[in-house]
Amino acid sequence: MILQVQEVHKRFGGLQALTDVNFEIAPGEIMGLIGPNGAGKTTLFNVINGVYPPTKGQVVFREEKITGLPPYEVARRGLARAHQVVRPLNDLTVRENVMVGACFGRERLSLGKAAQKADEALAKVGLADRAGQLAGSLNVAQKKRLELARALAANPYLLLLDEVLAGLTPSEIVGMMDTLRNIRDEGFTILMIEHVMQAIMSISDRIIVLDYGQLIAAGKPGEVAANPLVIEAYLGDPDMTARLMAE
Amino acid sequence: MNAWRQPGFWVSFLLIFLAGVAVLVLRQDTLRETAFTVLMFIALASSLNILMGYTGYVNFGHIVFFGLGGYFGFYLVSEMGWPVYLAALGGGVLSAVIAYIIGCAVLRLRGAYFALATIGVNEAARAFVSNFEPFGGSTGLYVNFAAYDRYGGAAHALWFTFILLWLVTLAVVVTSYLVKRSRFGLGLSAIREDEDTAMVMGVKAPQDKTKAFLISAFFPGLIGTLYFFKNGNVEPDDAFRFQMSLEILVMVMLGGKGLLLGPIAGAFAYERLRGYLIISPMFKDLHLALSGLILLLIVLFVPGGVVGWLRERLPHYRRWLE
Ligand SMILES: Nc1ncnc2c1ncn2[C@@H]1O[C@H](COP(=O)(O)OP(=O)(O)OP(=O)(O)O)[C@@H](O)[C@H]1O
Ligand SMILES: [Mg+2]
Repeated sequence: MILQVQEVHKRFGGLQALTDVNFEIAPGEIMGLIGPNGAGKTTLFNVINGVYPPTKGQVVFREEKITGLPPYEVARRGLARAHQVVRPLNDLTVRENVMVGACFGRERLSLGKAAQKADEALAKVGLADRAGQLAGSLNVAQKKRLELARALAANPYLLLLDEVLAGLTPSEIVGMMDTLRNIRDEGFTILMIEHVMQAIMSISDRIIVLDYGQLIAAGKPGEVAANPLVIEAYLGDPDMTARLMAE
Repeated sequence: MNAWRQPGFWVSFLLIFLAGVAVLVLRQDTLRETAFTVLMFIALASSLNILMGYTGYVNFGHIVFFGLGGYFGFYLVSEMGWPVYLAALGGGVLSAVIAYIIGCAVLRLRGAYFALATIGVNEAARAFVSNFEPFGGSTGLYVNFAAYDRYGGAAHALWFTFILLWLVTLAVVVTSYLVKRSRFGLGLSAIREDEDTAMVMGVKAPQDKTKAFLISAFFPGLIGTLYFFKNGNVEPDDAFRFQMSLEILVMVMLGGKGLLLGPIAGAFAYERLRGYLIISPMFKDLHLALSGLILLLIVLFVPGGVVGWLRERLPHYRRWLE
């Protein structure tokens, strides 16, 4: 197993953000993580990559307990992440942003090799022609791609993608989906959060569903979409339900 | 790496190298004194830039390392009879060690909180040294003239000290450049832009910024020793002048933080300006107020400093304005 999340709980003061979350990801697998707004999806990512320690439970990455390690230790072990809210290093160029991923990620490349790796990653996400520009000058869609390129350049064993499609126009979504399929075909293992149901259903091998911090369903995309619990979880959100039913 | 083929590095290096050569060829005492002050501020500003410009931590207490390291180095050379270059190294090492200790305590603070803490450190250091008897308490230490005799008398010692300072300044420039052009430096820029994101990407921020702080503090210790040795005495009010910390910071901002040439240009310009202001009766007592005004104007209108501004205006010459 690449990742094992075991009985993870996370509490913020009086708010129980995650309750007894358990799941595993096998090498090469694409796992989708869905759930209504505020369900705890991003929090789960934060616990996995060490931004917060869990209140209880274990995170095991490639047979090693990484619970409580700081995020840079987790990153060096081969876990990379694209943020839901983009976080470009504004005053660095696009290429330098991606080089940070390559220099400090799993392979810890030298500057020269990192520059090469960065250009490859930028080409994969379609940002090659922006390499010399300051990251702060990109538009939102490009910043989303930059997040992805930085994570890819680390050449991680596991990619955590948090809503890389959010905020994109329909045509940008189509482009990004192509990029994601290419990445999948390269053999990366991915755990991805997505609200765009059609997208996540079509690309994932398996789906897990969080609701109020608890895993309420897991399985193949078709099974999950038909699960009454899942439909109910989304009922508070008619728009979501409609999209889910449209599958 | 082709790091040594960057024209931007050679511009900075040769400016300082040639300035030093010129002073040595002309052999005038007043010129040497002026050059000593300018080089000293270039070196202080450039070393501050490693923490402030590269890493993004604003330090109002840079002069603490000049003062403490300088005191210690002065003590070594004057009381213990060490040769001045070894004493200066001792001062540098002490400053680096102190930076490590202070860093462990205050580098976990971010932004304004860190900046405020560094102000406290300056006052604490002054209070400590003023009451520390081995360093002469509030009256300080006077040089044992035997220390000059080793170099063939005071006149020769002053020239020798100038040469050492010149070499230290070159070393600061080379170090700054190497840091900037390294993987370590890339990590520092990532920390400057967004420390949490940097850590998520694998940058060991706590260790790396401590290292940056340590390197940044090492040089002021060397410089302080040379400065006080040249002056012949050291006292708390001279060693821990908060105003000087502020001025070094203004120099970095004026020239352009995060750039190699920035602090060099900033220190030079500021020193020339101050020289003019001090002899002009109208501004004699106002030069500090003026430096505050410069800082304000820079922050508001040219946050990249003079060199940063030129880089934007002259994209074709960017390689020369590193
Ligand atoms: N650092 C924090 N401190 C306190 N509460 C937090 C913190 N981070 C998240 N929360 C809370 O935890 C809950 C889960 O938030 P989280 O961001 O994980 O949701 P999400 O599933 O990613 O939602 P979305 O789909 O809107 O991105 C929310 O109620 C949120 O307000
Ligand atoms: Mg979220």
